[in-house]
Amino acid sequence: MNIDKKIVDDLVANDVSFVTTVPCKQLAGVIDEVENRDDIFHIPSNKEDEGMGLCAGAFMGGKRPAIIMQNTAIGVTINTLATLTQFYRMPLPMIISYRGELREPVACQVEMAVHTKALLAQLNIPTYHFHWQKDVEEFDNILKYTFMCNKPVAILTDANFWGGYGDQ
Amino acid sequence: MIRSEILKEIAPILNPHLVVCNIGLPSQELHMIDDNERNFYMLGTMGLSSSIGFGLALAQDKPVISIDGDGSVLTNLGTLPTIANNAAGNYTLLIIDNGSYGSTGDQPTYAGRKTSLVAVATACGCENVIEVQDKDLGPVLQDAIDSDEMTIIVCKCDSGNIKLPVITLDPVVIRHRFMEAVKA
Repeated sequence: MNIDKKIVDDLVANDVSFVTTVPCKQLAGVIDEVENRDDIFHIPSNKEDEGMGLCAGAFMGGKRPAIIMQNTAIGVTINTLATLTQFYRMPLPMIISYRGELREPVACQVEMAVHTKALLAQLNIPTYHFHWQKDVEEFDNILKYTFMCNKPVAILTDANFWGGYGDQ
Repeated sequence: MIRSEILKEIAPILNPHLVVCNIGLPSQELHMIDDNERNFYMLGTMGLSSSIGFGLALAQDKPVISIDGDGSVLTNLGTLPTIANNAAGNYTLLIIDNGSYGSTGDQPTYAGRKTSLVAVATACGCENVIEVQDKDLGPVLQDAIDSDEMTIIVCKCDSGNIKLPVITLDPVVIRHRFMEAVKA
């Protein structure tokens, strides 16, 4: 299974047409796939809170948005998640590269990894963790859930899910 | 002129259009001067008026004006390259540059000292960047809205605030009525 293609197929099937990205090595394939789809407007962001602002505007303009970013971004975006996305009740699927988990080669990434789920839990953000490739089968349901409840929802995707980046 | 005087003067120009207004006093002033469903008031998230308005402009065809401040733009300078490289003709960014953080007690910003937001926006790749003095803003803003080209306006004015209450509208109500206006 090509998980990059599956993720973007599910985005398109759920009418997500506005995607902003802040890059991560693990996400390179899915970002390429987003860039190459005619059904999706891809706008790279320089910082994740900016990206959430773009997504808020796009949502109010009638588009379904999504953001693709690293888990370090949770440290950057707590205020935006609380006072924009959650306060105004806006949906936002967050496809997050979960750096610092099993098979991670860079020690510093672990320092944010240990806080990631706790921060998301503190924010009452529904959180899913993809560790095996088959976990991606849930993605379609997660997107439907996100746009049903108008909340930000986190999908943490670790190195094992992406095929072991870092120990090859 | 101070910001509230500028907003009073341009309110009739803004009124027919979708406006995303900066957090704090700018939103409170616009709410007092001309509250309507086409205004999206930011109650939090300093710095994102430009990004929210730009996302809105990209997602639909109606003109969008983001009202920002020099302090808020400095908070989110990284969005200027994003705006420049994905230019939307229906988007106008109006930066009311009074050289101070008005909502927090008029502490000076770097835009009031050595930093030129016009030069920053231009260096970021924005093609239509206009500096204008407060009293001359009206026609410049109207031209920017009527034009098919994206425009960044830096409106130089005095710092100073008026006393007025906070916005008590529920954020979901602000968002809902705004989205209905977008669709209308």
